[in-house]
Amino acid sequence: MKILVCISEVPDTTSKIKHINDNKELDKTGIQWIINPWDELSLTRAIELKETPGSKVESITVVHVGLQDSEPTIRKALAMGADNAIRIDAQPQDAYYVASQLAKTIASMDFDIILTGLDSADFNGSSVGGMLAQQLDMASISAVTALNLEGEKILVNRDVSGGTQTLEVQPPFLATVQKGIAIDPRIPAMRGIMMARSKPLEVLEATNEVTPLTEYVSYEVPPPREACRKFPEENAKELAHALHNEAKLI
Amino acid sequence: MTILVYTENREGRLIKAAFELISYAKEVAQKTNARVVALSIGDVNRDELMKTANYGATRVVTINDEKLSLMDNKRYISVVAEVAEKEQAEIILLPDNTTGKALTPGLSAKLKAGLVSGVASLPQSYDPFIVKKKVYSGKSIANVKILTDRKILTLPSNSFGVIEPESNGEPQIEEFTPDADMESKINLVSMNKVTDKILLSEAEIVVSGGRGMKGPENWGMIEELAGLLNAATACSRPVSDEGWRPHSEHVGQTGKVIAPNLYIACGISGAIQHVAGISSSKCIVAINKDDEAPIFDVADYGIVGDVQKVLPQLTQAIKAIKEA
Ligand SMILES: Cc1cc2nc3c(=O)[nH]c(=O)nc-3n(C[C@H](O)[C@H](O)[C@H](O)COP(=O)(O)OP(=O)(O)OC[C@H]3O[C@@H](n4cnc5c(N)ncnc54)[C@H](O)[C@@H]3O)c2cc1C
Ligand SMILES: Nc1ncnc2c1ncn2[C@@H]1O[C@H](COP(=O)(O)O)[C@@H](O)[C@H]1O
Repeated sequence: MKILVCISEVPDTTSKIKHINDNKELDKTGIQWIINPWDELSLTRAIELKETPGSKVESITVVHVGLQDSEPTIRKALAMGADNAIRIDAQPQDAYYVASQLAKTIASMDFDIILTGLDSADFNGSSVGGMLAQQLDMASISAVTALNLEGEKILVNRDVSGGTQTLEVQPPFLATVQKGIAIDPRIPAMRGIMMARSKPLEVLEATNEVTPLTEYVSYEVPPPREACRKFPEENAKELAHALHNEAKLI
Repeated sequence: MTILVYTENREGRLIKAAFELISYAKEVAQKTNARVVALSIGDVNRDELMKTANYGATRVVTINDEKLSLMDNKRYISVVAEVAEKEQAEIILLPDNTTGKALTPGLSAKLKAGLVSGVASLPQSYDPFIVKKKVYSGKSIANVKILTDRKILTLPSNSFGVIEPESNGEPQIEEFTPDADMESKINLVSMNKVTDKILLSEAEIVVSGGRGMKGPENWGMIEELAGLLNAATACSRPVSDEGWRPHSEHVGQTGKVIAPNLYIACGISGAIQHVAGISSSKCIVAINKDDEAPIFDVADYGIVGDVQKVLPQLTQAIKAIKEA
């Protein structure tokens, strides 16, 4: 069984977001780039499954669409425990563009399970996974909170509107994962970091046959919220009245 | 022009988000001279479907097929795409919830229709078609242009609101049988329904607790207030990590992103990753003993004090107002 983990690279969660060039671009100065938190967890789960004694998982590949400056992030995924990596050499333009690049590359490779995050912490598109599955004409399951291999069976848990479900799924399929898939991300050990240097990272040329469907025209940083109106500890009553009379929320 | 609205139901009743989407569609329709068509999948009775007219739909396409009882993304995508083609829909609206997230990306790829998820407001312009959406976990807002003729948008629950319904006669209702391929590779093993509770993702009011609540034994206070306000309960990440509360309640960047009208944060510091999940709330109330806690930077109202003292008093005061 071969697993593919799609990783996106996003600003560290504490980064301050500013824009330059007439608010058309992200100001990258001082930004630390990390593996999107969901992708870190989906990779962690893939590694856990591979490490289980008697595991049927033969290999874990990570793939990323991005320029060369994203390689440290890809190396980190290798250090965590992926076996090999692919970088598709292109500047992501929109989710459809990324999914199309991935689809063109993956179509000829036979992965049994493809994992993507439910959403990435940059454009919060929640798009790439579902678009990729559609382009590969593959079954997709979204909002996945658990992935288990039990004998010949593959079981996944997912959230649906109004509940949670356990499903049995036949490979190949794509899952977009969220919280629960793994608890804590795998921290690369020294040995992993050393080994990552010699693991294969293949760079593939992007196709220029795909065009984006959307364009991010400009950005604005939202105005700060108005100052908080504070009440003293013993004045919960006043707060209740403010919520009732002023905010009219209760 | 046609705007197609995916109206979701739970146990046969349309959810509030469905009416919210139709309300949004109506506003767009008035500006673009379009008609609003609702799509309903599942066993929803006629009376319920009729309600869509009061919010602005003039036509309903309803599909009630056994094979659609289990949400198989591929199947559903084929069905929605077929209806979109049949109705020549130029704008397709879905809720920004698990259903919308499951269907819209595949629909976008299948129809080659530009998708913007989590749209914050009415379009900025129609030609070119530009909408706003939050990016970088709410730290910035992007203006996104959709380059294709056909467009797909998803709307977060509570972001737009429901317009005042008015009696608009009856919509034309068509029962439709799709041709779409019904093959499936997934089988349901078990289902855990949460129908008795108010869903966190849809709640208008949310009462949430953080590590400042000290332990799971103190959640009675949170639940009491939530019960009184018809609210859902939520928590910060460490609270769910410690097992004080279920993971489904965790809000924030790595949990659920919610946008209730009122969010009451009890003993939550307001870390940037937490705020990422709640910053779209219309009103934020914070109870925290630390005057400098960052939650007060995003809160509209706050009480600096011990949550164990404040919360029961607040509940009492609200009870008095409700009873008055
Ligand atoms: C990659 C990443 C992703 C993350 N994602 C999330 C996320 O999605 N959601 C999330 O919530 N966190 C997330 N976190 C964690 C986040 O950084 C904070 O650690 C977390 O939100 C803190 O939770 P808290 O406010 O409950 O606890 P604390 O930070 O411990 O705050 C407790 C607060 O309670 C107050 N307090 C204590 N006692 C009382 C009392 N008796 N009365 C009143 N107030 C009291 C204190 O003053 C303090 O402000 C993430 C972190 C990382 C690194
Ligand atoms: N540039 C990329 N390269 C590879 N995978 C990506 C890329 N961007 C997004 N993804 C995958 O798609 C998921 C959802 O991203 P998004 O649709 O951008 O919210 C991420 O968690 C990744 O798994």
